[in-house]
Amino acid sequence: MNSNPSTPMNAHAPSSSSGGAGSPDSNTPRRNSKRPKYSRFTQQELPACKPILTPKWVISAFMLVTIVFIPIGLTTLFASRDVVEIIDRYDNACVPGSKSQKVQHIQSATSNKTCIRSLTVRKRMKQPIYVYYQLDNFYQNHRRYVKSRSDQQLRNRGDENDTSTCKPENEANGMTIVPCGLVAWSLFNDTYSLSTSNSQLTINKRHISWKSDRDEKFGSEVYPKNFQNGGLIGGGRLNESIPLNEQEDLIVWMRTAALPTFRKLYGKIEVDIEAGETINVVVENRYNTYSFSGKKKLVLSTTSWLGGKNNFIGIAYLAVGGLCFLLATTFTIIYLVKPRHLGDPTYLSWNRNPGGH
Amino acid sequence: MAFGRNERVRFSKIYSLSCFRPSTRDEHGQIGQKGYSRVVYCNDPDNLEAVQLRYRGNYVSTTKYTAVNFIPKSLFEQFRRVANIYFLVVACVSFSPLAPFRASSILFPLVVVIGATMAKEGVEDWRRRKQDIKANNRKIHVYRDNSFSERKWKDLRVGDLVKVYKDEYFPADLLLLSSSYPDGICYVETMNLDGETNLKLKHAFPFTASLNGDNSFHQFKAVVKCEDPNEDLYSFIGSLNYNNDPHPLSLQQILLRDSKLRNTEYIYGVVIFTGHDTKVMQNATDPPSKRSKIERRMDKIIYILFSTLISISFIGSIFFGLRTHRDLNQGSYKRWYLEPSRTTVLYDPKRPVLAAFLHFLTGLMLYGYLIPISLYVSIEMVKVLQSIFINQDQDMYHEETNRPARARTSNLNEELGQVDTVLSDKTGTLTCNSMEFVKCSIAGVSYGRGMTEVELALAKRENIEQLDAANTSNISDGHTVKSGKSIKGFNFSDERIMDGQWVNEPNSDIIRKFFRVLAICHTAIPDVNKETGELSYEAESPDEAAFVIAAREVGFEFFQRTQTNIYLHECENGKKVDRSYELLNMIEFSSARKRMSVIVRNAENQLILLCKGADSVMFEKLSKESQPFEDQTKNHINKYAEAGLRTLVIAYRPLDEEEYKAWKAEFLSAKNSVSNDRDNLVDAAAEKIERDLILLGATAVEDKLQKGVPECIEKLADAGIKIWVLTGDKMETAINIGYACRLLAQGKKQIVITLDSPDINALEKLGDREAITKASRESIEKQLRDGRSQLESAKSSSALIIDGRSLTFALDKNLERSFLELATDCSSVICCRSSPKQKALVTKMVKEGTRKTTLAIGDGANDVGMLQEADIGVGISGAEGMQAVMASDFAIAQFRFLERLLLVHGHWCYRRIAMMICYFFYKNIVFGFTLFWFEAHASFSGQPAYNDWYMSFYNVFFTSLPVIALGVFDQDVSARLCLKYPRLYQEGVQNILFNWPRILGWMFNGVLSSMIIFFICKNSTIHQAFREDGHVIDYEILGVLMYTCVVWAVNCQMALSINYFTWIQHFFIWGSIFFWYVFLVIYGYLKPKWSTTAYRVFLEACAPSPFYWMTTFLVVASTLLPYFLYRAFQTRFHPMYHDEIQRRRSEGCEEETPGELPGRVKDKMDHLSERMKHSHREI
Repeated sequence: MNSNPSTPMNAHAPSSSSGGAGSPDSNTPRRNSKRPKYSRFTQQELPACKPILTPKWVISAFMLVTIVFIPIGLTTLFASRDVVEIIDRYDNACVPGSKSQKVQHIQSATSNKTCIRSLTVRKRMKQPIYVYYQLDNFYQNHRRYVKSRSDQQLRNRGDENDTSTCKPENEANGMTIVPCGLVAWSLFNDTYSLSTSNSQLTINKRHISWKSDRDEKFGSEVYPKNFQNGGLIGGGRLNESIPLNEQEDLIVWMRTAALPTFRKLYGKIEVDIEAGETINVVVENRYNTYSFSGKKKLVLSTTSWLGGKNNFIGIAYLAVGGLCFLLATTFTIIYLVKPRHLGDPTYLSWNRNPGGH
Repeated sequence: MAFGRNERVRFSKIYSLSCFRPSTRDEHGQIGQKGYSRVVYCNDPDNLEAVQLRYRGNYVSTTKYTAVNFIPKSLFEQFRRVANIYFLVVACVSFSPLAPFRASSILFPLVVVIGATMAKEGVEDWRRRKQDIKANNRKIHVYRDNSFSERKWKDLRVGDLVKVYKDEYFPADLLLLSSSYPDGICYVETMNLDGETNLKLKHAFPFTASLNGDNSFHQFKAVVKCEDPNEDLYSFIGSLNYNNDPHPLSLQQILLRDSKLRNTEYIYGVVIFTGHDTKVMQNATDPPSKRSKIERRMDKIIYILFSTLISISFIGSIFFGLRTHRDLNQGSYKRWYLEPSRTTVLYDPKRPVLAAFLHFLTGLMLYGYLIPISLYVSIEMVKVLQSIFINQDQDMYHEETNRPARARTSNLNEELGQVDTVLSDKTGTLTCNSMEFVKCSIAGVSYGRGMTEVELALAKRENIEQLDAANTSNISDGHTVKSGKSIKGFNFSDERIMDGQWVNEPNSDIIRKFFRVLAICHTAIPDVNKETGELSYEAESPDEAAFVIAAREVGFEFFQRTQTNIYLHECENGKKVDRSYELLNMIEFSSARKRMSVIVRNAENQLILLCKGADSVMFEKLSKESQPFEDQTKNHINKYAEAGLRTLVIAYRPLDEEEYKAWKAEFLSAKNSVSNDRDNLVDAAAEKIERDLILLGATAVEDKLQKGVPECIEKLADAGIKIWVLTGDKMETAINIGYACRLLAQGKKQIVITLDSPDINALEKLGDREAITKASRESIEKQLRDGRSQLESAKSSSALIIDGRSLTFALDKNLERSFLELATDCSSVICCRSSPKQKALVTKMVKEGTRKTTLAIGDGANDVGMLQEADIGVGISGAEGMQAVMASDFAIAQFRFLERLLLVHGHWCYRRIAMMICYFFYKNIVFGFTLFWFEAHASFSGQPAYNDWYMSFYNVFFTSLPVIALGVFDQDVSARLCLKYPRLYQEGVQNILFNWPRILGWMFNGVLSSMIIFFICKNSTIHQAFREDGHVIDYEILGVLMYTCVVWAVNCQMALSINYFTWIQHFFIWGSIFFWYVFLVIYGYLKPKWSTTAYRVFLEACAPSPFYWMTTFLVVASTLLPYFLYRAFQTRFHPMYHDEIQRRRSEGCEEETPGELPGRVKDKMDHLSERMKHSHREI
């Protein structure tokens, strides 16, 4: 036989030698190939957009913000300017004297708490005019306060005794309080009656609360019970013949405010008030904010499409827009004065000096 | 393999290893005592005494959990993490009135997170369980009721008699009784145990070896007393009591579970250890778990956040305490509406300190959102997905071995992007470890025309631009020849030898002898493929296989081995002649002897000793006279070594009968001696016969460089990665390989540290140990100093080359520092002649000395130490078994895939994880701090700004998926550009994406964002109506507004900071925002009992208000502005490297990865070619 073996071999045939290279894979045909399946997903080649911060993009982004923000800012400022708002702080004016005198006055059951205020309308107020009371330094968001209520009880007559969260205002004289808890107990009870020189202004108190509150959170079957009968009298009292879902002052009050300074809707005046008129307000100043040095204000305000008067958002829009304009110009100048040239190849290639970095 | 039953000559005589290697007596004396108490009743598992022993069954379970203990055990595992314990404590406390929110809303995310991790554990364990089930249900022939029948592995008991067939795994640790060979030997492959691919020989006792029929076991009874289960693979102590006669057992009779029966038709054995008692199971320990640097730094960040958490809670409680204290004013209460007179201790103005302390606990819970509960689980998920991508990468799939890349742990993905030093093995890692016979020198004439890669590199180095025409043509010839018929292990072309032409050479006689040695002097076993008739060889090492193949190709085909004879087909005058050689003795190769010999008697009844060995020992053994071509051969050997080849010297010696007889007696007695220095005696005996050899020539075997190694190394060097090669080779070979794989270059300065200097050698001759050590140390010290100054004077980069002996001294405590300093300043380091232990030591030194990430790559069992020591171990799943792969963290098939693994996957993973963690902290800080700012406006009472469920879903639904998408999919530049600009890799090495300024920057950005969100929301909504119908903002609405802003801001920030938008990113980012609204609507539609403050809040109150939308818009733009501005300035004034590349790409300087075609087309073509191959084969 020829010394040159005539065995046909191709590169993939089983190896003629070994070294235990007995990888069984190489002997079996490629049917069970472990080659990973190709898909753009597994190979991480999905089509993608790869945004990067080129000068063009930077400048146009800033410009875009400018172009969008400045008009929005102006519009909101105008909207806010259209709103007519009258704010009258009456807590100090109604009760003179030192702090302790004030507290004494307000806590006394017999003192005369009626107080007359007059407000001048500088600009025509179109109806509806919203009447708010504003409290300052009143922490309706205090954890103890927020938790001290029983939504179950407010909603459902059957759950009347579900008052464990309301302590200590859960029962008085051994009987369950409805509505229980600190929130209801401290119900705001100043009242205002407004009149212009020629007529009484009726304050409509219907639908000053959220509809969902009336429908779902406060039951039509639930009537106040044993309310403000304890040793400590907190705020206002409730008419025990009216179901909770119609006690809108309570509903508004119980929707706790987010911040220590807040307004709550008192009612709506559904007539226009002309500029120059004077509104006389008879305030029944019963609510004690003197203990904690809180302020009380009466607010009459119209609304625009955006709501009440607040210039902040308009100014903020303008400020951001303006800042972006500034930045856009700065960057334009930078790029014009010192354009960055592409492809400094020495920068891109490793300079083969490992000590160099 | 047909062996005559009547051939009574035993292998055991031929092999030097004795089957009766007696152990020292004192060990055996311990049998029956503590630690050596096992008693096995062979073939009698039902024996009453055996039953009483209650040994474990052969059922094996490698799972971490069982169905029963899964819940408690995995829960326990979960709560070993500090963060999880914190959350658990919080969840427990949340049932008390201290909690700022409902317990369920704290428990929910914890349950989700723990549940997800447990599910992952469960799935992993289930996979292990499936493997166990497979192993437990394998079939084995067991002797029951006087016949062999198939049973499952798990039903095996101690004492059972089993029959194992060829290529089957042993089901348990067995005592070998007999085999298909009459003298009861068998071959075993122990790759699964120690990674060695060579076959090991096992011997049965002669008195049991005769029991080699299915029917010979009726009466067989014996008792084995042996050691208790232990994990030592290399020793076994026991005795076999057969016919009331005790026989000492050794490892020679023990077949270990998970090794494989080879080249033996069948064996009979008795089960000694089952299941978890087997050596392999006793050895199963988890490899040391490694954690990445990023993760370690992440822990520090968590601590920072913890301290932030504690300090803001502390600040909060101080303020709270003051406010509460002030409520009591000279006997009257200020904030009467809180009814401080009838309060609990939590708000008691009379005990403000206690209230403040309790509030502190509340604060810890409230601001707990600073600690991202889902961070760990998200990172784990991301890493698992990343490793799937690594496993799925087609560019890291090796066609020839059919092996894709495997991420064996997912812990270290990002560490791949920070590798500073690569420590590489040479053989099998840089080279193929498939030896090819390329050259030989016979009778002083060098044969073999081919040029090795190293030679080509050498030629290049010496600037021989014009290779002479003959050479070039030869190379191309070589290639065509190769493509014509490629034989693995053989790459020899020389017209003077091939095709039987050697007979015409002047020294044809010597050539004949030369190849005869190659064909006879080995331990290989031929294996004929029955279908094709092809002959293949099982050899201990690839070198040996290469020799046998070379001999076959030249015309000395070794085709059969019996216990006594070796049969060759020889070419004699153009005819094929069968010759047999009687194999008398074999003196095996050992690393100390560096040679092997066989003594045969040929057909002409001549006794010949055939010997091959390393040049360093062989030339001493040559006879002093008549070596006409010794000098030429030495010359050739040096040339071969320079060409990067492995050389062996081939010699022989005719023996006369008398001498052999005398020697044989001595040799046998040495072998059978009982003393401890038996090995020395055998060696000494061997010395006596291996002398006065007659030189025939030398062989040169090439260990080819793997494909793409030089390019890969160059790329890695470009990426600023330092490469250390740790090899056992000679310095010359190593240097040449260094050139071939471009570790060294012409312009590169070489600093060589060696102890091979005349004065040291002179000292060595004197043999004064202490003097040598002292002189060596001084010499190394001096060389290190010189190297230092050389390095400073050198302008270009340098390479350090050090040999093993010098390394021993350089690794010494005193010199380590200066060695390391020198080595780290060199761009590449080559350590030659280093032992496995040194490899691990060097790795440790680099790791601990530089405190940078090290990656070790290797393929053999000798690299295991190095792989486990390094921060990352990469195993090459090559020919040398799976040991390295088993010890590795990543397994790849070829060295060149390291480039992609590091530069692409490593870079991406590093970037992804770094960004992901930064972002994770960002988003939680934004959220946590909005809570804090709100607190400041709620007199720090602990009332959260948001509904409970918004909060618990924050980390679970509204922000988690985009982060995961970032962690899995983001890429700054495409894979192609990663490879094109390797320097990009330095971002990871220098850790510039996860350095403290960057982390703190993101945290600061988080605080800033939260401030912007809170103060814009607060100031724009303060007290006025926010809708046309006069409603004012209350607590519920402000919560929704702020939360909306947070969700938008956080997700848009993500959109701004990622570079790569596929539909997945779009889907997750915008989907998360959208889902928040969907959630609000759905949640708001639940009964108020469930939805509480969220009831209809979106549809009724927020959505109709333009104010709500405008605020959101303003806040989002403002929160993005700082980061955008920062990035704009950064890309303009101080661009990062990837910014530059991105810019080049976007400006068209880089062609985008060419569209969809190539990938798909390539895949198609691969499929086609595979099919073609199939059809070819079928034809």
